[in-house]
Amino acid sequence: MDITIVLSQIFNGLSLSSILLLIALGLSITFGIMGVINFAHGEFLMIGAYTAYVLQKLSIANSGGSLFLLSLPAAFVVAALIGLLLERSLIRFLYGRPYESILATWGLSLILQQLARNIFGANNVEVASPGWLQGGLTVMEGLQLPYNRLFIMAVAVLCVSGMYFYLYRTRSGRRIRAVMQNRQMSACMGIKTNRVDAMTFAIGCGLAGIAGAAVSLLGSIGPSTGQNYIIDAFMVVVLGGVGRLSGTIAGAIMIGTMSPLFEFVTTSSMGKVIVFALVIIFLQWRPSGFFTLKTRTVD
Amino acid sequence: MADTIIYMEGVTVTFSGFKALNDVSFYVEKGELRFLIGPNGAGKTTLLDVICGKVRPDKGRVIFKDKVEIPRLGEHKIARAGISRKFQTPSVFSNLTVFENMELALKTNTGVFSSLVHSISKKEREHINSVLQDVGLYEKASEKAGHLSHGEKQWLEIAMTVLQEPELLLVDEPVAGMTAKERIKTGELLLTIASQRSVIVVEHDMDFVQRFSKKVTVLHEGQVICEGSFEYVKNDPVVIDVYLGRGGEVQNNAIN
Amino acid sequence: MGTRLKENWIYLIFAIVLLLLPLVLSEFRLNLLGKFLTFAIVAIAIDLIWGYTGILSLGHGVFFSLGAYCMGMYLKLQAESLPDFMMWSGLEEVPWFWKPFQHFWVALPMAVLIPAIFAVIIGIPTFRAGIKGVYFSILTQALALVVSIFFIGQQPYTGGTNGITNFRDIFGFSLAEASTMKVLYLITVLALIVIFVLSKWLVNTKTGRILIAIRDGENRLRFLGYNTSTFKVAIFALSAAIAGLAGALFVPQVGIISPSMMGILPSVEMAIWVAVGGRGTLTGAVIGALVVNSAKSYLSETFPDLWLYFLGALFIGVVLFFPKGIVGAFARLKRQDSSKRYLLTEGREV
Repeated sequence: MDITIVLSQIFNGLSLSSILLLIALGLSITFGIMGVINFAHGEFLMIGAYTAYVLQKLSIANSGGSLFLLSLPAAFVVAALIGLLLERSLIRFLYGRPYESILATWGLSLILQQLARNIFGANNVEVASPGWLQGGLTVMEGLQLPYNRLFIMAVAVLCVSGMYFYLYRTRSGRRIRAVMQNRQMSACMGIKTNRVDAMTFAIGCGLAGIAGAAVSLLGSIGPSTGQNYIIDAFMVVVLGGVGRLSGTIAGAIMIGTMSPLFEFVTTSSMGKVIVFALVIIFLQWRPSGFFTLKTRTVD
Repeated sequence: MADTIIYMEGVTVTFSGFKALNDVSFYVEKGELRFLIGPNGAGKTTLLDVICGKVRPDKGRVIFKDKVEIPRLGEHKIARAGISRKFQTPSVFSNLTVFENMELALKTNTGVFSSLVHSISKKEREHINSVLQDVGLYEKASEKAGHLSHGEKQWLEIAMTVLQEPELLLVDEPVAGMTAKERIKTGELLLTIASQRSVIVVEHDMDFVQRFSKKVTVLHEGQVICEGSFEYVKNDPVVIDVYLGRGGEVQNNAIN
Repeated sequence: MGTRLKENWIYLIFAIVLLLLPLVLSEFRLNLLGKFLTFAIVAIAIDLIWGYTGILSLGHGVFFSLGAYCMGMYLKLQAESLPDFMMWSGLEEVPWFWKPFQHFWVALPMAVLIPAIFAVIIGIPTFRAGIKGVYFSILTQALALVVSIFFIGQQPYTGGTNGITNFRDIFGFSLAEASTMKVLYLITVLALIVIFVLSKWLVNTKTGRILIAIRDGENRLRFLGYNTSTFKVAIFALSAAIAGLAGALFVPQVGIISPSMMGILPSVEMAIWVAVGGRGTLTGAVIGALVVNSAKSYLSETFPDLWLYFLGALFIGVVLFFPKGIVGAFARLKRQDSSKRYLLTEGREV
């Protein structure tokens, strides 16, 4: 087999990893901090993607390349605001009820998809990549790394570093980690836990929104765009362990690179089966994911 | 030694870098009622966790009755071998009645197919009723366990472990959250139970320990620092230092 | 005991009504109800593992469909010696593993066995590794996605996206005949009754109490000497087998089975039926399946653009306002009612 093809598959995989990472970060944090499994999380990716689309429609006259850059923060803000709204109106009633949250957020996801269908139509739409993201970097003969995928990876690295800095170096980030480790204690120390919850949820949604804007570079987007990524993102969380940044990164790299590679080596459907089997086998060795704290549990 | 029920040697347990047990050796004889004491984080509960298979040690040997290698067995197999565990917080099956809870504690028909055709014998029913009478729950046999008070749940769980007829019973803080009267009742219950088997009790309440203990093991920062009668242990300078040292801290904090 | 007896009367009346409905319902409605009853059987299967044992499987669409594919292949091989989709994909004869399915008495047991075996294969590694709670739910959901993609990918052997359809007859009786449909409906009712009674019996045995104990305190149970993972594998397999049977009853009545029945959406919907009806009651599962599906077919006929909003709102509404489902809401009403009566008599005595 040609080595360049394998390398380019791995490269494509890494850009998929980047997108999965941005989605999984929010999933993992909301589960870790609030005990909510958010199946509507993929729809925030969809919201981000449509934000990029709308922005492009609005500015069709002066289609400059820099405008796409604007769509990233815009996607973050729009998705985060909608997330905030939903957290206050619905998600907060589901705290600590993971099973129920699966069903309710699944319902939410159906509604959001249907809304998108009614607003933007059932058909997929295209967001044109800016000119400076077309083409690619030729590393060696036969191996060209597309700029848009490189860009996505850069965005992910930037977001994750930002997230790391926020969680570990700022006061409000420290509060999030405190609530994640011991909610009651944090509340006793005067941390307004419901404000932390709302903010964390919104940030998670915002990151998914950025992922959505990034996804719009790769192909057409539609009401069910989020659905294409959500299960893989959940597998990342399962692999990575809950609430650990490093675990989520490792999980995203594994799932992201394995899927395209196996799909390439076998067939698209066989590849999925192999990855799923590997995840199950992996969990035999590490039932609670890559990097979970081994602690004393009170029973 | 033919009379050892638990033989633990060089056991180390690490939780992400923190040594909960550090090279602990610990022996309990058959028929003994042993108390484990020590400050918070001394490793008392972890020690019980190792014996009942909930935590696997990183290093060391744990042997039950001179032949059973504990760390190799699954939790349910350890239970079947004759070790029962009473947890710190009451853990009973809240949606089943008191009687049904007890029925599950019987050692008969614990397999998938045998439990399908299981029907309780008259002798077993009488046995359950007599144990329930001992712990004072006979009148509540048909109530849902979830409706019991905290103390009653603790007794139900103790009754369930008794029904298992273990050779070794591990009890974690049985009197925490109980009233003075309930404490005395629990203590007497433990003494009765201990007359027929070996029991290891983890307890914080020193009055309780003084009143009911024969031999005490003191743990501190994952190590055994002293062992003997309560009187002996109480006067040991290292133990005093550990406990008073803590007391001193508390006083300092209070002044600040 | 009195309420128990009353309950049994209600079940009996319900069963008789179901058995008499072919006399009054139109062919179309009867066929629809037959389909819903197969869903009720799946709901019982999910209630056993979720309601009683506390394990939420979001992959029951897979087991249902595996059963359905077994029966579907039998029906297809009755209609054509070489199924059309195999021919289009260039196969010249039926592959060896499908060949035995031309016999009804192979296909039917397989429709139950294959899902059960598949559940054991998935269940042993996951439950042994101690994967529980929502992790298990997520994994089963991924399973639903993976298996449905796999079935789509295996066009020559599964019919791909279109699945298996265009059946002609079952056991020599034409599927186009109204009388065949009536008999199929009656068989479905009987299957539902048998599964319901068996499940009722099961949850009242010691095994049933062990399942509840796993839900309430799995650790405690393990330290009492029970191998809880074996019980979980067993109930998962039983649940899968029941779902497979439901699938086998579904296919001849609906006339098609495709990967769209095994994906994530149908699997989650199946769990919703149980949540709507009320978990851990069996009766609730049956009611939930019938109510949700009736509502769904009514709404999707009447408001084709809006019904997804209804469905989504239903999911959310049940979780927020009726966590115990229809049965739980009724029980609460009854309790309030009887406590009111109690107060009244109290008042009179004073």
